[in-house]
Amino acid sequence: MKRIAFWALSTISAVVLLFGYHTSTSGALTTATTPITSGTKSGGSAGSTTSGSGSGTGNGTGSGTDTGSGTGSPAKTTSKVTGAVANTEWGPVQVQIDVAGGSITQVSVLQYPAGNSRDDEINSYALPILVDETVQAQSAQIDMVSGATVTSGGYLQSLQSALDQAGL
Amino acid sequence: MTTARPTAAPIRRYVDHVMGMPISLALRGRHQDDAAARGAWAEAMAALHDVDRVFSTYRPDSFISRLARGEVDVDACPPEVAEVLGLAELARQQSGGAFDVRRAGPDGGLDPSGVVKGWAVERAARPLRVLADTDFCLSAGGDLVCRTLDPMAPAWRIGIEDPHALDRLTAVVPVRTGAVATSALTRRGAHIVDARTGLTPEGVASVTVVGHNLTWADIDATAAFARGPDALRWLATRSGRTGIVVWADGRVDTLAPSGLGS
Repeated sequence: MKRIAFWALSTISAVVLLFGYHTSTSGALTTATTPITSGTKSGGSAGSTTSGSGSGTGNGTGSGTDTGSGTGSPAKTTSKVTGAVANTEWGPVQVQIDVAGGSITQVSVLQYPAGNSRDDEINSYALPILVDETVQAQSAQIDMVSGATVTSGGYLQSLQSALDQAGL
Repeated sequence: MTTARPTAAPIRRYVDHVMGMPISLALRGRHQDDAAARGAWAEAMAALHDVDRVFSTYRPDSFISRLARGEVDVDACPPEVAEVLGLAELARQQSGGAFDVRRAGPDGGLDPSGVVKGWAVERAARPLRVLADTDFCLSAGGDLVCRTLDPMAPAWRIGIEDPHALDRLTAVVPVRTGAVATSALTRRGAHIVDARTGLTPEGVASVTVVGHNLTWADIDATAAFARGPDALRWLATRSGRTGIVVWADGRVDTLAPSGLGS
């Protein structure tokens, strides 16, 4: 477990370093797509450490195989497509997709890191504090608002907009 | 309108729009208003535009649209497509089928929007993490990710909108480093359905999840919402999250993380 965590950390720092490198050498907007690609690719080369993620992969394969064997797809024309291994900041991800009649009928995860709960990490957020129902949002001294997705069209009427304007 | 805190460090804010959503950034610290800050902000926005080009279901030429029409294979798509589909499948399994990206879409195809947003913002925050001695809070239409490096700095105070009265707050969550995502129906109408029934979930007005990263906070908020009356109970099974469920009848429940007692 420790090994996996360390491996993930080293991957992250590799990505971060790459970002730092690209930001300092090339300009911002026009080359901004480059760091993403190279970031992923760097994970790929670091993927030679696949042995390190061996046990993590085991979990993913377990469920993936299960789904795969249950593929009683009625259509004969079903074709299976296996995606390339995508190296994410949590580890390698690989999916297989069944396509029948031009639409996707099944997605199976062949490989996924057990990285969705980083229990080792120290909680650095606190419990929500319920607000007295008479408190208006404007007087609550907040930095950001979380709520139903605000569209660009509705933004100007939103509380977030008021916050942003106060700090612009 | 006194939203700024007099005692807090000054905060520089940035706003832009992508994917039909406002993106708000707050920076405080060494690089809050210099070339490095503006460069990181531009990179964050560029990352979101990239994601939009690949994943937008509104763009017929996006990879996700072409994949849904069977015109390209996953292999021919950028690796991020496989990553997101993997996340989506994991979300489907872990939500007991309530969250399914293959449910929606005009041709019964594929709409991974429910997974893409949190994941994309988490990615977009990467260039901000490079800014030394700088704290940030990045929000995309109400789902956000925060970082605080300075141990003496205050936590970011995140107001949780009351789904029954949008000018009021249900709660405030102090977040130093972490993510907050809220799913609710109030602004865009019924865009969340329980994939098991195809119906809009009943009984729940909004679900807020606080967690380590926005990818999973966002997925969990949507999945919990999709489970309707079961939202709180399901959320309690997720490790390392806190949250708030506001019910349709106005009741509010707060969820403590499993590791920290009640």
